Amino acid sequence: MPWRLLRFAFSSKHPEPRMFTQYSRLKPSYDVVIIGGGGHGLAAAYYLAKEHGISNVCVLEKGYIGGGNTGRNTTIIRSNYLTPEGVRFYDESVRLWQDLSADFDLNLFYANRGHYTLAHTDASLRTMRWRAEVNKHYGVDSEVVGPEDVKKAAPMIDLSCSGHAPILGALYHAPGSVARHDAVAWGYGRGADRRGVEIHQKTEVLGIDVQGGKVKGVQTSRGYIATPKVLCAVAGSTPRILNMVDVPSPLYIHPLQAMVSEPVKPWLDPILVSGSLHVYISQSARGELVMGASLDPYEVHSTRSSLEFVEGLTAEMLNMFPFLSNVKVMRQWAGMADMTPDFAPIMGKTPVEGFYLDCGWGTYGFKATPVSGKTMAHTLVNDAPHPLITGFSLERFKHYALTGEKGAASVGH
Amino acid sequence: MKIMTCPINGSRPVSEFAYWGAVRDMPDPKAASDTEWADYVFNRDNAPGVKKEWWCHTPSNTWFIAERDTEKDVVINTWLYGENP
Repeated sequence: MPWRLLRFAFSSKHPEPRMFTQYSRLKPSYDVVIIGGGGHGLAAAYYLAKEHGISNVCVLEKGYIGGGNTGRNTTIIRSNYLTPEGVRFYDESVRLWQDLSADFDLNLFYANRGHYTLAHTDASLRTMRWRAEVNKHYGVDSEVVGPEDVKKAAPMIDLSCSGHAPILGALYHAPGSVARHDAVAWGYGRGADRRGVEIHQKTEVLGIDVQGGKVKGVQTSRGYIATPKVLCAVAGSTPRILNMVDVPSPLYIHPLQAMVSEPVKPWLDPILVSGSLHVYISQSARGELVMGASLDPYEVHSTRSSLEFVEGLTAEMLNMFPFLSNVKVMRQWAGMADMTPDFAPIMGKTPVEGFYLDCGWGTYGFKATPVSGKTMAHTLVNDAPHPLITGFSLERFKHYALTGEKGAASVGH
Repeated sequence: MKIMTCPINGSRPVSEFAYWGAVRDMPDPKAASDTEWADYVFNRDNAPGVKKEWWCHTPSNTWFIAERDTEKDVVINTWLYGENP
């Protein structure tokens, strides 16, 4: 055992600095209060402090940081979206991801694997071509490839998918990557903490004080704090917060489940997604297969998981990879996905002055963590939406001006 | 929730049922303004709670209303449209 560890164990003072400063009480007021200590909330705090010099910021988290959807996704990062708004936005995010480990001085295990979205029908192949052309137009590396390229990248695949859904081609997206999701929350949290942002865990928001259409403060389980600006970044809990400020929204909350297998030898380098079979799969650095499927079929506001999900997903998985039949499922879990009717997020200002929203992240929030933090920080400081997020306003639903991104969702939800 | 009670067929596995959203009143399309109509089309009562929802038992195509707690995922009652719960 290393001496340092032994000394640490016997010390009564625990000289190692903690990753985050523990504050015993809340200050009476802050310049900005961020509700939600997930990746998005912490990233916004980080960029507020780093790029705008605003560090009198408080992040309130009901549980522990990164314990929500930041720690529950399947860690895939890509920018092969369908709408110009989406492609520009996620492309900026991928650029930020690539420098993030160095930025934090923390290893995020960012691994560039390449990403294949499989097409089993002519219709989905057509959508792949459309996505590839939009992507190329905006300088994003995507192309349509044939079944032989898929076989080369993943030799264990059954190209006929047990005969009932033969693979006709795929959208190949070279920048597709995976990263360690917990470390993203820790990296943003530590970076914000070092710059003076206060992170308060186990602190629940009970109400928001709105007077004359303006935010005045936040009532928490540990007392009242005054603030002119609140950012709400709480994913599946967003409707509960929106009810406090009386703002209606088109969100609907369905659980999204995922699971991992026992660790096996490395055999799958790229990330594979099949929209028709409702499967996405990648192999983690530890050898586990990280697998996800489509949304649960009905509204639930909890993170329960179900046997139907495991049965359904494994059945489809075996169609693609019959040799996995003896591999065991190790654990499963769920997150609450806040879906929107057009599969694009809701970001920016709301009818309540000083209340900003970052929600509607549904099944695609993790990959957007850096860029949403950056653009929301800009939006909070300037009280006007960042140019990259003007297509994502809450207002768009009032004017029937949707940003149709459903074609780029990883699986047909 | 693993089992749901169909008002016609009794208790069946939940995989036989399809969810069709909350029971909502449609405003008169001719009288409603664009804003009222957008509110009806997009906005939802999306916080957790006990809600009335449309469900369908797909093998028999039985449409009915279920009262369900969306936080605990427990069905409280089910009944056919037009009948009293």
